Amino acid sequence: MSDKNMKRKTTMTIVSEGLAKRYKKEKRFKMLGLSAILFSLLFLVFLFSSIFLNGYKAFFQTAVQIDVFFDPAVLDVKDPATANYHGLIKTSLRTAFPDIKKRKDKKKLYGIISNGASFTLRDIVLENPSIIGQTLSVWVLADDDIDMLMKSYIDRELPESDRRMNDMQIDWVDTFKAQNRIKFLFNIGFFTNGDSREPESAGILGATIGSMYMLAITLVLAFPIGIGAAIYLEEFAVKNWLTDIIEVNINNLAAVPSIVFGLLGLAVFLNFFQLPRSAPLVGGLVLFLMTLPTIIITSRVALQSVPPSIREAALGVGASKMQAVFHHVLPLAMPGMLTGTIIGMARALGESAPLLMIGMVAFIVDIPSSIADPATALPVQIYLWADSPERAFVERTSAAIMVLLTFLILMNGTAVYLRSKFERRW
Amino acid sequence: MYTKTISIIAATVIGGSVLTTNIATARDYVSIVGSSTVYPFATTVAEQFGKSTKFATPKVESTGSGGGLKLFCSGIGVTHPDISNASRRIKKSEYDKCQANGVKDIIEVKVGYDGIVLANSKKSHPMKLSRRDIFLALAKMVPGTDGKLIDNPNKTWKDINASLPNTKIEVLGPPPTSGTRDAFAELAMEGGAKTFDNMKALRAAKGDAVKPLMAKLGIPENAFNAKGKNVFKRVAHSIREDGAYVEAGENDNLIVQKLEANPNALGIFGFSFLDQNEDKVQGSSIDGHMPTFEAISDGSYPVSRPLFFYVKKAHVAVIPGISGYLAEFTSDKAWGEEGYLADKGMIPMPGAERAKFASDVQNLTPLVLQ
Repeated sequence: MSDKNMKRKTTMTIVSEGLAKRYKKEKRFKMLGLSAILFSLLFLVFLFSSIFLNGYKAFFQTAVQIDVFFDPAVLDVKDPATANYHGLIKTSLRTAFPDIKKRKDKKKLYGIISNGASFTLRDIVLENPSIIGQTLSVWVLADDDIDMLMKSYIDRELPESDRRMNDMQIDWVDTFKAQNRIKFLFNIGFFTNGDSREPESAGILGATIGSMYMLAITLVLAFPIGIGAAIYLEEFAVKNWLTDIIEVNINNLAAVPSIVFGLLGLAVFLNFFQLPRSAPLVGGLVLFLMTLPTIIITSRVALQSVPPSIREAALGVGASKMQAVFHHVLPLAMPGMLTGTIIGMARALGESAPLLMIGMVAFIVDIPSSIADPATALPVQIYLWADSPERAFVERTSAAIMVLLTFLILMNGTAVYLRSKFERRW
Repeated sequence: MYTKTISIIAATVIGGSVLTTNIATARDYVSIVGSSTVYPFATTVAEQFGKSTKFATPKVESTGSGGGLKLFCSGIGVTHPDISNASRRIKKSEYDKCQANGVKDIIEVKVGYDGIVLANSKKSHPMKLSRRDIFLALAKMVPGTDGKLIDNPNKTWKDINASLPNTKIEVLGPPPTSGTRDAFAELAMEGGAKTFDNMKALRAAKGDAVKPLMAKLGIPENAFNAKGKNVFKRVAHSIREDGAYVEAGENDNLIVQKLEANPNALGIFGFSFLDQNEDKVQGSSIDGHMPTFEAISDGSYPVSRPLFFYVKKAHVAVIPGISGYLAEFTSDKAWGEEGYLADKGMIPMPGAERAKFASDVQNLTPLVLQ
């Protein structure tokens, strides 16, 4: 008896002795897990804040007010679309700064105003031809260098030779400033223009529409085909070596690097089917092939998570197999399938590598109006801007990343919402 | 419910097939491919052209010179590009491929020059280099004291040339896939290698004369090629892989940023990036010439290359806008000395050369490559 007591005591002692140590271990593990999360959050905050700090200024753009005389001698009333609007701006600047005489200085003076400004004037005249012969004060976009100066990316303290702008140019800007003729406007053009080589008139509308066309094609093809394949494989197909091979292949395809799908698209859609290069149609088809395995896998998981009792009950009351699947199993699995599809779409939206192979890494100014028009996509636009020499493109790159991130957060947020709202657990 | 699903699938498939049959019968915009160096200039012209005329803006793809010419030479018809930009002249092999694929008449247009600069941060001192210094700093194999090639032993700039600072050799540059790297190897590295007598002799040697020179230089026999030039190129183009040369990716902006963070490093990139970042980086002089607009334009700066584009004559009459685009590109307001391309960092050609190529374009004179 006493022996037994002794033995039990020792077990208890061992337990109580070890308890503190085990608690400590658990605590340490919790701390490690927490610090891992904090660490990754820190990087996320760092990433987001650096993108935001780099990019938020791109949403505002420097504009200059100039007095333009719409000279009837320059503007042909019959055909005002083709006149020399740049000449009007030059005349206006010469009147504002009459002391500038040297040819080189004049060229610098004209450089204050963006090249795109002549199209602003043209649009004004086309809209209202009666202003020909009058003088108007017009706000036009400033050149990207002026914009960089106003956003203090160009250091005024540096010696003149080290600066992109000389003292004279800075003086002009200060003159405009003193006259209240220079200010920041909200950069509407960023959301309504296509790409441009002038940073001040470059926008993301073309790339956004291109991305939307592509996603629409991807969704229209991948959703029904992916879900159809998943239902067949999960509910109807007999399990044999053939379906095993198919399953292995689908899992493999989901892990294939995306550039491979680009090469496939080049060989099949462009070279064999002779579809046009750079078209969102081809981009959508390639992204469809890329996302299809992901959608099939997540849809099968969603179907698997529906308990067999639902199927058995339906079959028990006399439903056919098809009725059981489409009336009972599929509606219950749908939220999971939708979530998988949205996440697949979000991945497709952020993809640029496969688009390289099918000619979508291109300079395209016109906004695409159909799925066969040449287009780029948002990630490609970011890549192209990041590679441009003009410094003003740096902030535009970050601004475009912000827009892309907004879309991604919206899509992933919808996926999370759908899951939490409709998902049922058994 | 399932009938609905099936009908959706059917509609998609039918809709898809209808679309595919209607596409690819016509193209109303100019399709341009090619060099990423010419890309900023071609896109500027394309935009000006698109905005000032009723034609659609040409589409410009950045595929690299080789990739562009491959697409260009793949055939005639709307699915093939009309124009290919190149940061080097078309090769004989590419020209032959064009001919074989029915692309008979090609118009060659030289557009201007691009300088490749070596630059460092403004925080440190400007470097005065020669092409020989560059070769000695960056080549994988350099001639040792006995004239035989040895693994590059130079650690600091002072090891190469006593007048250079005593800092570690660290150069950030583009990867081998880049056209800038090809041009740099050809112009700077070959230029430096040629300053060694045996290397120069090897370059000129042919047939039996090659082997003794290779022995003198200590090049293993398996590198033999009947043309000494090819052996020479192999030596001159190999860049060291021991960490002194850092492949910094194709993004020149990134190189500029890295130079700012590391004042001891040098970077290799195109002139337009130096032009845009004058407040952060400074160009090194090469063989006594600073990389300035003027020095590249008159050819005195040694590391500069011509830029080209090639046009399919057969497409000019068929695709709307090609002749307009060509006229815009070859107008003085674009590629002239005061033109907008010069503002973008392209170095214009002298007037006579411009006139020659402008008239080639006007008359659509095809290129004849021997």
